[in-house]
Amino acid sequence: MKRSQQILAIAGLALAIWSMCYGFYYAVWVEHQTLDGIGGALAAGFQHAALRETAASHASLADYARAKYVYTREVDAHSHWIGLAMVLLVLAALWSRVSFGERARGLLAAALIAGAYAFPLGVLLQNHLPGRVGVAGQGLAIGGSVLLICALLLVALGFAREPAR
Amino acid sequence: MSGSAPTAEAPVVTALFPRFGARRLLVLGGLALFLGGTILGDVFAVFILHPNADRIGQALVAATAAVRQHRTDDAVQDFTAIGGFLENRGTKVDAHAHMIGFGYLAMLLAILFPWIRLSDAASRRLAMLLITGGVLLPVGVFAIHYVGLDYSPLESIGWASIIADGAGLLVVIACAGFLAGFWRQWRAAEPPAEDELLRDRSWAGRVLMAGGTLLLLAGFLHGAWYAAIDLYSQEQQDHDLLATMADSASLDPGPGLIPERAGAALNAYGALQADHAVKIAAHSHIIEFGLIALMAGFFQPFVFLRESWKRRWAVILLLGSVILPVAVLLETRFGLVAGGVADAGGVFVIAALAGMLAGVLRYTGRLDALAGSFAAGDEG
Repeated sequence: MKRSQQILAIAGLALAIWSMCYGFYYAVWVEHQTLDGIGGALAAGFQHAALRETAASHASLADYARAKYVYTREVDAHSHWIGLAMVLLVLAALWSRVSFGERARGLLAAALIAGAYAFPLGVLLQNHLPGRVGVAGQGLAIGGSVLLICALLLVALGFAREPAR
Repeated sequence: MSGSAPTAEAPVVTALFPRFGARRLLVLGGLALFLGGTILGDVFAVFILHPNADRIGQALVAATAAVRQHRTDDAVQDFTAIGGFLENRGTKVDAHAHMIGFGYLAMLLAILFPWIRLSDAASRRLAMLLITGGVLLPVGVFAIHYVGLDYSPLESIGWASIIADGAGLLVVIACAGFLAGFWRQWRAAEPPAEDELLRDRSWAGRVLMAGGTLLLLAGFLHGAWYAAIDLYSQEQQDHDLLATMADSASLDPGPGLIPERAGAALNAYGALQADHAVKIAAHSHIIEFGLIALMAGFFQPFVFLRESWKRRWAVILLLGSVILPVAVLLETRFGLVAGGVADAGGVFVIAALAGMLAGVLRYTGRLDALAGSFAAGDEG
């Protein structure tokens, strides 16, 4: 078993554990309260509208949109981390069939690991970095996903290549 | 008959795939979890998804009418009902996704098993823990909608959630144990045993692996496209349409329970939700099927079926994996026809996996019989 393969397997399983711990924490301490907040803000928006309180209705609907934005990214980060952990693990098992030299495979493994950790982190940071700095989170998410797609394309190329004799 | 029929090598192969061993538990448990999750998803899509969406739409119309008639309490009640419908949908989607996710994890650990350095007893216990958690978590999540907060010691979390969270913890502990096994193997000087699963180059295995990689890539590209083009605009539209409904029902002059502008916003909101749902479903399913195709590719040496049947199931699995997400994407344009085709795609995947699972069960049965006859021969 090559070093790059082992790193990929360990990074994949560590990411799966991290993602499950995050999911466990989120389910116990955050999700129910967040869902109550989303539902409450939406109901309040229509309640104020029924009372002809337009400004209050708009404010509640803005709260709803903000809470839903945050919730979407929290759930997306969890599901993408676990999904990408599976991809790292399955690629670790297939790694010997990627027909590149060990140095290139090491770089490819590093790119896959960096993308798998960074992309969901960038998604999550969009919730926590304020204003213009929030763009950094978006940049990290875009950079991570581009890295992943390029690395996966190279892996596919590695599968297609004739193995070195 | 193919499937690496065990003969003279039986004792060696049995040692790698022993009866009641961790690896066999992980393979069979993982495939069963994936199959169970897929069947749950198909049943959910056919019998619950669309009626539930209709009920949400009706409640939203009722809430808009309540705003028009100044009935604040009714508006709140309608949104409470919508919350219930969304919880019904969300918990079923979560149960489906988690069951499949744990199935993947079990199968992946089975594939990587030669690189995990643990005693037989420890790895068997960890495998049992993983499968138990993998079954209990989705069952708990599924029950959340029905159990609610009855008899719960906590304010906002019911018994079903507590069971699901506890099961999640079991899976985390099992994964941490397997990670420690990886670590021990890494630190050990001796290489892991040669493994049949990682060596196989059969036609069905290669086709499944190539197809799985292409499906993964397609899912990644579709996800990137969705995030770049649709995600932010859909979030903005979601807010704007709800605000239009509330404003129009509250302020627009004229008779009628639902003013024209609110009616148009209601229709557009329904279309938006449908568009959002099909794009997310297509993205997640194409990646899920890509992963399962890759893993099924590994398990081909354990599928004890005629070569022609192994090829047939591989092609059917890939066919269903393409048909389902593509038809789901077309649902907003072609309605129930596309929905029916998508369900048929799901049935293709289920049938192919059931066929492969049957092949693995036949393999294990034959392996045990041969191991038994070898043992009897030794005694003789």
